[in-house]
Amino acid sequence: MASVNLEKIVKTYPNGFEAVHGVDLEVRDGEFMVFVGPSGCSKSTILRMIAGLESISGGELKIGDTVVNNLRAKERGIAMVFQNYALYPHMKVYDNMAFGLKLAGLPKQEIHERVTQAAKMLEMEHLLDRLPRQLSGGQAQRVAVGRCIVKRPEVFLFDEPLSNLDAKLRASMRVRLTELHRELRDRGQPSTAIYVTHDQVEAMTMGERICVLKDGTIQQVDTPTTLYDRPVNAFVAGFIGSPEMNIRPATLVARDGGLGVEIGDTMLPLPAAFSDALRNRIGQKVQFGIRPEHIGTPRSILASGSQERAAIANCLFRLREHMGNEVYTHFELGGHDFAARIPTDFAGDIDAAERGQTIQLGFVMDKVHIFDADTGLNLTLGASQLM
Amino acid sequence: MSSDTAVSVMPKTRIPSNAEVLRTQRKERISLALRYLILGGVGLLMLYPLFWLLGASFKSNQEIFTTIWFLPRDLTRLLDFSAYYNGWMTRTEYTFATYFLNSFLIVIPRVIVTLISCTLVAYSFARFEYPGRKFLFSIMIGTMLLPPIVLRVPQYLMFKELGMIDSYWPLILPSAFAVDTFFTFLVVQFLRGTPRDMEEAAIIDGCNALQLLWHIVVPLLKPALISVALFQFIWTMNDFIGPLIYISTVEKYPVSLALKMSMDVSGEVEWANIIAISIVALLPSLTVFFLAQRYFIEGATSSGIKG
Ligand SMILES: Nc1ncnc2c1ncn2[C@@H]1O[C@H](COP(=O)(O)OP(=O)(O)O)[C@@H](O)[C@H]1O
Ligand SMILES: [Mg+2]
Repeated sequence: MASVNLEKIVKTYPNGFEAVHGVDLEVRDGEFMVFVGPSGCSKSTILRMIAGLESISGGELKIGDTVVNNLRAKERGIAMVFQNYALYPHMKVYDNMAFGLKLAGLPKQEIHERVTQAAKMLEMEHLLDRLPRQLSGGQAQRVAVGRCIVKRPEVFLFDEPLSNLDAKLRASMRVRLTELHRELRDRGQPSTAIYVTHDQVEAMTMGERICVLKDGTIQQVDTPTTLYDRPVNAFVAGFIGSPEMNIRPATLVARDGGLGVEIGDTMLPLPAAFSDALRNRIGQKVQFGIRPEHIGTPRSILASGSQERAAIANCLFRLREHMGNEVYTHFELGGHDFAARIPTDFAGDIDAAERGQTIQLGFVMDKVHIFDADTGLNLTLGASQLM
Repeated sequence: MSSDTAVSVMPKTRIPSNAEVLRTQRKERISLALRYLILGGVGLLMLYPLFWLLGASFKSNQEIFTTIWFLPRDLTRLLDFSAYYNGWMTRTEYTFATYFLNSFLIVIPRVIVTLISCTLVAYSFARFEYPGRKFLFSIMIGTMLLPPIVLRVPQYLMFKELGMIDSYWPLILPSAFAVDTFFTFLVVQFLRGTPRDMEEAAIIDGCNALQLLWHIVVPLLKPALISVALFQFIWTMNDFIGPLIYISTVEKYPVSLALKMSMDVSGEVEWANIIAISIVALLPSLTVFFLAQRYFIEGATSSGIKG
């Protein structure tokens, strides 16, 4: 049973590049934690420091109650799945899985039991006799996972394990890995997992908690829904969610009875709940953020029952993308590009719109976020919490 | 395929007539034949000296120097292997069995120590960070540019001091210190092109540096190491200058020196004997090459990385 504790962890590479700037994080025992962020944000670096593949330049790393900064990888009770599978090409699948156990000096009988049990769990008993080059990508990835499971580690580490698979396989492996984690946890086996990905869909679907990283610093650590609904800053807001949140420059203005945002020549009224947080910023430039699903046609707004909180505005239609159940609608508001997700049943007027035509769209204003123009901090976090 | 469906799917497509198909096929066959004819002709031209050599081992001295046709005039001589026998027995008190044994006594240890030293040095250059690594590596590359001849004299003096003249040590020992820079370079480059993931996985599995080398790196390096072994085998087998400088006792001569010696013997030289034995001298290298070829191909496909 082990939690993973990072305290002021710093990584400076030999070339002087500081990749991680004092990261504090607790991964709880048995938790499935996802590190997500754009490429180059040091996700792998942090994971590799936990694994013992990179030295730790500063701070303290604890697995369970032990400070592991100076322990070697094999003494940390971890196992890792790599992006390129990293199977030993000259060993059969069975030996790939048994290799670590052999080195640890486990008796043959026990090794055999563990390998066959893991193979059964991953439905790959028929692969045990093959060489890695005789496996498909998905099979190879299962072997890589199996190689970890047999070691019964305290902590599982995954570095973008699915990014070499095609989209379909990736989706099914996602479910499998999540199920596997729950299965181990239900059996009472150690199952703390840290999973690195640059794909926010993977993060949202797999993570019990998600740690969003940018340039070697943590932006926010929370559950998927909280990250989605209450991002602390514009970066998290833009990174989590697909299609991504519309974040456009705007100006805060006063209107009779409250505040509003001016986007180009269009003013949208802000709900009263935002007033306290934003009152002393009237006239300032801010970033206006709204998720595509919170923009709709008057009919779809009516259908979702949010007509009282919605502001209708004239927009310039540009393009629609039919996704089956939804229509992604691209339009201009006050000279800025926006995208909306509108249920196909209510797309109605949009379906006939011509490029450049004026259409009416509704914005659900109590779902918007106002970010500081410079720091990107979410100014409405306190306010939206009230609703 | 029924022509009905083809027509209904692609009504505009003209179904090629039988004659047209035959015409195309014939054209393709002719062009193929032409290509093979040219390739075969040029190949034959390049291999001709080798055929000539083979034929010459069945000819008399007089015929060797007067004809360029590779078969002996009297074809029954092709059944007469006396040149091989005489060549093998030599006019010295030793047969070529001794000389081949001597060659192997040099080649085999040398190949082994080359493999070991190259692997160790390349592993360190490619996988470890230590002060002076880049500098040492560039020095090593620098020595690759040095003509080997300039080292002969100092090396000779050194081995003389060590009392190793007229032994095989001067021919083997340097390779134990990875002085075959080209091989080391080859292995370094191969290792640099190999992802580290597998080694990292093995570190997590609990390997120390030496276990890593033995269980993971060496198997990964197999194709490169086979090339190294192959070239070192062939080059050492053919090396003439080295043994010439260091070996003075006839009993210790390797094949290359012994061959030269058979030509130097005063009096009438039976060239067929010499030619016959030089063909035999090619056999070990050829055998090793064809054995290794299989692994070359396997090595190229087994590096185990695929998407
Ligand atoms: N060995 C190294 N030496 C110097 N810089 C490195 C090294 N490895 C990674 N980096 C840098 O550290 C940053 C984070 O890298 P990485 O952790 O691999 O990012 P991610 O996994 O999030 O894509 C990148 O800017 C990368 O260039
Ligand atoms: Mg990475």
